[in-house]
Amino acid sequence: MGRPFARRRPPRDAGVYCHLPARLVPKGRPVPFPVVQKRQLSDAVFEMAVEAPAVARKVRPGQFLMLRVGENGERIPLTFSDWDAEQGWVRFIFMVVGKTTHELSHRSVGEDIADLVGPLGRPTHLEGLGRVAVVGGGVGAAVAYPVARGMAEAGAEVTVILGARNADLLILGDQFEKLPISQLVVMTDDGSEGRKGLVTEPLKELCEAAAIDRAMAIGPAIMMKFCSATTRAYAVPTTVSLNPIMVDGTGMCGACRVSVGGETKFGCVDGPDFDGHLVDFEELMSRQRTYADDEREADAAYRKECSCNLT
Amino acid sequence: MQPDVTPARRRPSKEPRHAMPERDALQRAQDFVEVGLGYPEELARAEAERCLQCKNPTCIEGCPVNIDIKRFIGDILEGDYAAGVRTLKERNALPAVCGRVCPQEEQCEKACILAKKSEPVAIGRLERFLGDWELAREASERERPEVAEPSGKRVAVVGSGPAGLACAGELARLGHAVTVFESLHAPGGVLVYGIPEFRLPKSIVQAEIDALVAMGVEIVTDAVVGATYTLGELMDELPASAAREASLLDAGSSRSAPCIRELGFDAVFIGAGAGLPLFLGVPGENLNGVYSANEFLTRVNLMKAYDFPKHDTPVWRGRKVAVVGGGNVAMDSARTAKRLGAEEVFLVYRRTEDEMPARKEEVHHAREEGIDFKMLCSPLEILGHDGWVTGMTATRMELGPADDSGRRAPVCVVGSDFTIDCDTVIVALGTRANPVLTSSAEELELTRRGYIAADEDGATSIPGIWAGGDIVTGSATVIKAMGAGKRSASAIHDRLAVS
Ligand SMILES: Cc1cc2nc3c(=O)[nH]c(=O)nc-3n(C[C@H](O)[C@H](O)[C@H](O)COP(=O)(O)OP(=O)(O)OC[C@H]3O[C@@H](n4cnc5c(N)ncnc54)[C@H](O)[C@@H]3O)c2cc1C
Ligand SMILES: Cc1cc2nc3c(=O)[nH]c(=O)nc-3n(C[C@H](O)[C@H](O)[C@H](O)COP(=O)(O)OP(=O)(O)OC[C@H]3O[C@@H](n4cnc5c(N)ncnc54)[C@H](O)[C@@H]3O)c2cc1C
Ligand code: SF4
Ligand code: SF4
Ligand code: FES
Repeated sequence: MGRPFARRRPPRDAGVYCHLPARLVPKGRPVPFPVVQKRQLSDAVFEMAVEAPAVARKVRPGQFLMLRVGENGERIPLTFSDWDAEQGWVRFIFMVVGKTTHELSHRSVGEDIADLVGPLGRPTHLEGLGRVAVVGGGVGAAVAYPVARGMAEAGAEVTVILGARNADLLILGDQFEKLPISQLVVMTDDGSEGRKGLVTEPLKELCEAAAIDRAMAIGPAIMMKFCSATTRAYAVPTTVSLNPIMVDGTGMCGACRVSVGGETKFGCVDGPDFDGHLVDFEELMSRQRTYADDEREADAAYRKECSCNLT
Repeated sequence: MQPDVTPARRRPSKEPRHAMPERDALQRAQDFVEVGLGYPEELARAEAERCLQCKNPTCIEGCPVNIDIKRFIGDILEGDYAAGVRTLKERNALPAVCGRVCPQEEQCEKACILAKKSEPVAIGRLERFLGDWELAREASERERPEVAEPSGKRVAVVGSGPAGLACAGELARLGHAVTVFESLHAPGGVLVYGIPEFRLPKSIVQAEIDALVAMGVEIVTDAVVGATYTLGELMDELPASAAREASLLDAGSSRSAPCIRELGFDAVFIGAGAGLPLFLGVPGENLNGVYSANEFLTRVNLMKAYDFPKHDTPVWRGRKVAVVGGGNVAMDSARTAKRLGAEEVFLVYRRTEDEMPARKEEVHHAREEGIDFKMLCSPLEILGHDGWVTGMTATRMELGPADDSGRRAPVCVVGSDFTIDCDTVIVALGTRANPVLTSSAEELELTRRGYIAADEDGATSIPGIWAGGDIVTGSATVIKAMGAGKRSASAIHDRLAVS
């Protein structure tokens, strides 16, 4: 007997990927993470599904994964936008902002990514919320999608506010429309779709009308900061999903530390969700810029090699 | 009657302990190539000659895993290196690693009889000599532990640091099927993400891991126990759905459906280490340019940030770096910062050099490489401008009377505050238990400080689950973690034999 799974691992070409969440070491016998679906949502935003059965059966809304595209790659965090435990895949939506996300956008269906680990972080609290406004800014809409779905399924009355700079950058609008939510408000900076203006405007109106009991804001730090400031005036409890720089994503390094209510928290294990009224957003934004110069260098070098004309 | 085979008691040698050749300090501080070059054969033989082959070898007591030191040195004296390697491997699966990183001066060498009068035998360097000799051989010629007949039992090991690897190796040798779950993308634990290349080349760790894999140990990376799997699942029977999938596969179905890995292990060993970094708790600690030693070393060692942009992970390369702490981790951080090009590196420590927990050899190396020791100093605040570190204020300390533990506690000298000019601060104050795994199993009893409560053999409050290494003891040493892993392996083996 001895080693039952070695015997049972099916051949790759049978189209069945077996059981392992991960690679086996040494490199000779990898069980890889194949890309099973890819779609371009806008100029720089992609949706991708990867086969990772062990991860897929555990994901809950608001959690994230860490991935490395290739062997020399950086570990980056991305939030699960969707998953299927039965079929064993996880999906995420990412915006191309630098080298790693650029490289990821070039992985095609059938190709592998080197590593994918998760689900990490605490799930978003979904139950017993009453009337909630979920605000998704930019690529934050990807994270807002499973959160809004989860809240609606748990019986909350959900208003979704989506914001983007222009119509081209707006993602997932059609998918949100299919959710059992009570209202979908679309905002663009230039008015090219939906209402013209910032997401904080409808949020403020909802607060003013006392039409919501809580809010959840997901997107760029600056947007979450202004959403929190908006709701604070009305004492509407507000959760934000923070995106500090991460290395391991498992509480081992402290790169992801954020100040919340004067206390240092680790974004990856204590979060990513925090009370927006207590978060030090200035610090978060400053820390996110730590490697700006290096990132530009890596990005420029990669673009030179890469023949595509992406953004 | 057989004549006594132990060589006649040797006379104490007048020869001083042989220094190990090292790379020049100025040159080595520029790169990540290993510092110590190891004994060449003649030096190893000459150093072995210093050993008295004592009737009552006290050195063995000093080694946490009780390697038969006298015998392996005897093997070197006889030129039978293969036998020496076998002697080492009876107790220690990773001699090339321990020979490099053990705090020998606190352990085996402290207990060597020669230490009383002059200098002890360089046991660690001899161990390294044998370990390296073994690794230099063709993989096919290396000593392979005999693997027992398959027992049909399966054991999960959580974490691939020294504790997990030692446990996995021992269990595999005893015939059990072992699967190691590692949360990072590469196995090795602190040996790969913490201890730098210039002190422990990663190729050595990889060679040892390859040897385990060759014995049939399966290592699954990217698997966080507590997230991807819970401890309970590892112990569970096969979930019905997975069993169904598995039977479909056995029936030769080519349906495109993934199946869930079969879990249901007969026993679990947890060697998850103590990976949660501590911070100072002073103002300014979240400025850009402040790192935990874990983050700094992980970026450089595991993610190879020193080779940016060939490897994608960046690290901030400070010009003036202050490292806070006095242990091995602080030394490694300081020396790594120097190698990344820092002009000045300060080591800020509350007590004096005598109290530093770091290995003496590493303190010596750090000094040689130009690390500036600021002893009896304690940080008060990290100063910043525009979000970036610009300096640190600290206060001078003096040593008060000895406390219960016998260590003299440092106390502030009032009004002695001063400023250190620096653009990077690396905090190396130690670590705590990471709660990711332990919080996923409520029944698992923890100590007051969050470590797993376990007995001598590593048995925890849950039957079938053992634990060892830093996750039980708090930050300790490589050899202690390995010893714990091996002890638990024996206990698990005994238990599995009964059931
Ligand atoms: C919990 C969490 C969830 C996230 N979810 C999503 C998501 O669903 N979709 C999405 O498009 N983006 C998401 N992000 C942001 C995403 O991780 C970054 O865009 C990505 O790391 C950029 O990598 P890059 O090499 O392409 O860009 P770079 O050029 O390296 O960096 C561009 C910017 O991205 C940020 N960044 C860089 N490296 C990291 C890192 N290791 N960890 C975190 N941020 C980093 C920095 O602020 C940086 O200025 C999430 C971040 C976090 C922390
Ligand atoms: C920088 C540094 C220098 C050191 N120098 C020395 C030295 O010179 N000499 C010496 O003797 N000792 C030294 N030590 C201490 C020594 O390395 C540790 O005591 C030893 O590695 C502990 O081994 P371990 O197996 O218990 O844990 P670790 O080596 O920490 O390994 C634990 C492993 O478990 C993994 N893991 C954690 N949680 C999970 C989870 N939930 N699921 C799956 N996997 C998980 C981790 O990723 C890690 O790979 C040093 C430590 C550091 C940090
Ligand atoms: S394992 Fe460490 S303590 Fe034991 S003999 Fe070797 S160097 Fe000495
Ligand atoms: S105590 Fe020292 S001299 Fe005696 S056997 Fe051990 S190493 Fe040799
Ligand atoms: S990313 Fe390392 S601790 Fe959070």
